[in-house]
Formats: sequence, structure tokens, C-alpha cells
Amino acid sequence: MRSNQVAVVGAAETTELGIIPNASQLQLHADAALNAIADAGLKLSDIDGFATAVETPQQVCHYLGIKPTWVDGTSVGGCSFMLHVRHAAAAIEAGLCKTVLITHAESGKSMIGKAPRSIPADSLQGQFEAPFGVYGPPSMFPIPVLRFMKTYGITHEQLASVAVVQREWAAKNPRAMMKDPITVADVLNSRMIAYPFRLLQCCLVTDGGGALILTSADRAKDFPRKPVYIMGTGESVATPMVSQMETFNSSRAFKTAGPLAFKEAGIAHKDVDHLMIYDAFAHLPLFGLGDLGFMPHEETGKFIADGNTRPGGKLPLNTNGGGLSYMHSGMYGMYALQESVRQMRGIAPAQVANAKISVCHGVGGMFAASGTIVFTNER
Amino acid sequence: MAEPQRARPKPTPETQHFWDGTKAGELRLQRCDACAHVYFPPRPFCPSCASRKVTIFKASGKGFLYSYVINHRPAAPGFTPPYAIAVVELAEGPRMMSNIIDCPQTPEALELDMKLEVAFEALDDKITLPVFRPAKG
Repeated sequence: MRSNQVAVVGAAETTELGIIPNASQLQLHADAALNAIADAGLKLSDIDGFATAVETPQQVCHYLGIKPTWVDGTSVGGCSFMLHVRHAAAAIEAGLCKTVLITHAESGKSMIGKAPRSIPADSLQGQFEAPFGVYGPPSMFPIPVLRFMKTYGITHEQLASVAVVQREWAAKNPRAMMKDPITVADVLNSRMIAYPFRLLQCCLVTDGGGALILTSADRAKDFPRKPVYIMGTGESVATPMVSQMETFNSSRAFKTAGPLAFKEAGIAHKDVDHLMIYDAFAHLPLFGLGDLGFMPHEETGKFIADGNTRPGGKLPLNTNGGGLSYMHSGMYGMYALQESVRQMRGIAPAQVANAKISVCHGVGGMFAASGTIVFTNER
Repeated sequence: MAEPQRARPKPTPETQHFWDGTKAGELRLQRCDACAHVYFPPRPFCPSCASRKVTIFKASGKGFLYSYVINHRPAAPGFTPPYAIAVVELAEGPRMMSNIIDCPQTPEALELDMKLEVAFEALDDKITLPVFRPAKG
């Protein structure tokens, strides 16, 4: 796909984030969509392409009153929205539609109008993982961590520092759920969830949503907001079973999606001003930094512990506070995209000065899927 | 009130041989006749070369501890925390999720790369789970 032919012209989160006891999941989709449409200065009738995950496109389109000519219901977990951006950019370039709305919402905490996740007993996961006591992401996502630590010499303190640094970013963000400063000792003394991970190394569980609107770069200049161009994209899927990853030393899905996006954008790692790596748990930024090629995996723990990703550091990472401190409704990818767009528009609460290129990397399931988007604010 | 039950696998036509095997005290894997790739979980073709000519065989039951978590909360129904959820790398190559028995569920006792051997734990008269214990000798 060619770089910078499609742009984000509308972006918004739900009016509230956190605990939202007065709205169903479907209404949160609508709230985010209406906010994004207002942000773009459009009418609902201008939307001719639509994508969402978990909820079906027909559910959300009917509720909103949208009559699309292009739909995408790709639902591969929390990075589905990165894949939607990639697919939407291709569809707009191919002339299948002009203006795409992508929505995410999840009543992850309040569980209003949200189907519970279940694992069928005759699925491969139901036969070969569930019987051994896995029970939700905290018991599954950290399973590779001890091997990763042993292979690369990563320490518990380094993995704790991920949460500490992201709390520093969250402290600058009025909408972040958790803003009080924490120390490495606080992290290592927090309640054990699934050894080696403790409470402060696990994502929040919240309600919320977000929406994006994309159109061609040629049209984008006529919109009220500064366009944010899609410079490069990548995607892949690996396995729905964490036990069946090719290795616990890296994510094959990350290693496919990330380099694809960098190649398409034609950028080198030194060109990246701002980085988002979906952090459902504290090890993900380490996997991401290594698998996306920023540095050897061995160096990732020290890199974060030494402060390189904190405010003022040379590689600002997860600048909204991330899934660990900002919010995590269950499928956090949309919020990572929203933060990249804010940074490229220059309006983020913790704005990175003069940022021109933002890389936004998402994960779906337990390393099951991945999507990477490179954004720029220069065409 | 009945105790909450551990998640119980429901075999499919493609996996029945595996569960028949555990019930008979065998850990069964599959090997591709065309390219010799050994793989898990079960399927009637080779995920490496797509050949449908594959053979079911009895694995050695030996392996080592590849990685794990010790789950504290939330605990799955039928489990008393803390308990380890392990991934075992089998001598034949594939990895599988399992539990470690006859071993304290502590980071000190659960050493990565420790040698393991398969054991079998009957859930009921139809399903027997493969679990692992520290290898003797």
C-alpha cells in the first residue's frame, strides 16, 4: 500500500472513561462514534464504510443508522482496530468507499450488554489449555514471561519498572484512571496475581470506547482537524493458544506486522518520535521493543528501567499511561490509536514536542494477533 | 452443593485418539509420513507440509519445563490457588500446557528446564488428563 494516501480526520473516545454504569456496550459504540463524527465535522450520512470488532457491523450500523457500502468485522482481539485501519486505508485507496468509521466499545467493568467470553469445551483451547487451570488473561498472558526472562537476563525489577514509568505518563493525563506515583518496590509488593506478575503489572479493567474516521488524504485537507496520515501498516495472526507460540522469546505475529509497517512507511527506527506498544501486561513493551527491531531483546528491560521511555526520555512510550494506568476495557488497541492520533495532532495531554512520526503497535489475544500502524502528520 | 468442576475437555473426531491414548496411559502425538514433522495439537494433516499422510504414535512422555505461571487469582473452578500452569516441551519437539504434580508449587521448586515425565490423572471414566511430574533419576 502507498504511504500517506489516507488520513485520520476524526478521532474521539467515549465522553466518559473508567466505570460507566449508565450505558450499555452498544451505546458506548454510539457515544464514541457520535463524538468522532462531531470531531470530523461530518454527518452520519457521510459515512459509507464501517468497521468494528466483537459487536457485529450490522449491530452497530443499525443502531447508529449507518448504511455502508463497505464493512469489515475483523475481530482478532485488542488489535482489531489496527487491522481495521489497514483494511480501511486499502478500501479507500481502491475506491470501495470514501469515509470509514471504525468503532470500539466495551463495557469491560460494568458488563452491561456484553456477552461473557467463553471457551467451548470442544475447541482446541477448551481441550488442551482450559483443563489445566487457565482462567482469563492474567493466568495466560504472562505464561511466556519466565522463559523470556531466563533467555535474555531480564530482571523482576526491570519488569516492574514498566509499570512505574507508565504511571509517570499517566500522572500527566487527566483522563487516566490511575495517576498516583508508584515505585518499583510498590509494584513488587503489590498483590500476587500470577507469578511472576503482581497486580500493578496487570492491566486495568474499565469501560469505554473510541472511534476513528478515515478518508483520502486529498479530501483530508478540507476537514477541521489536522490530518494524520497512514504512513505504513502491518498485520498478522499466529495462534489462539499461548502454549503453542513458536517460541516464548518473541512473538511471531509482532515480528511479521511490525517490520511490514516500517517497510511500507520507509522509515528507520531512529525516525520514530513516539511509540505505543499495547501493554495488557508489563512484558509486552519488552516483546514489542525487541520484535519491532528497536533493540535486541536483551537490552529492552534495561532500556525501560534506565528511563529511556519515560517523560523526557529519548523514546516516549505509552504516553497516555497505557493499559496499565490509563484504561483497559479489554480491547485496548483503539486507545493506543487515539493517543497516537492526539500526539500527531499535537494535542495530547503529555505532548511529545515536535513529534512527526508515531508507531502504534497492537496485540490481540495472548500474542494471537498483531497490527502495527505508522502515523505521520507530514505528507 | 457440588464442588465446582475443573474445565472438562470434549473430544472432537480429530482429537479422539489423543484422549483415548491418555485413558490408556499413553501420550500420543502425530508424525508426518512425508516430512517427519512431529506436531501437537492433533489434526489429520501436517501443519508443516500439508500432507494428509500422518501417523499417530506413542510419545516418550519425557520433556522439560519450558515456562509457567503460578496462578493466585482468579482461580479456575476446581483449582486451589496457588497452582502452576506449565508449558512442557516434549522430547519429540511439541509443547503442551499441563500441570506439575508431586512438586511444591513455588518458584524455588519449579526450575525452568527441569526434567519432567508424564503422568495421568483421570477426571472421570471418559477423560484422563496428561500431567507431568519431576523426572526420576
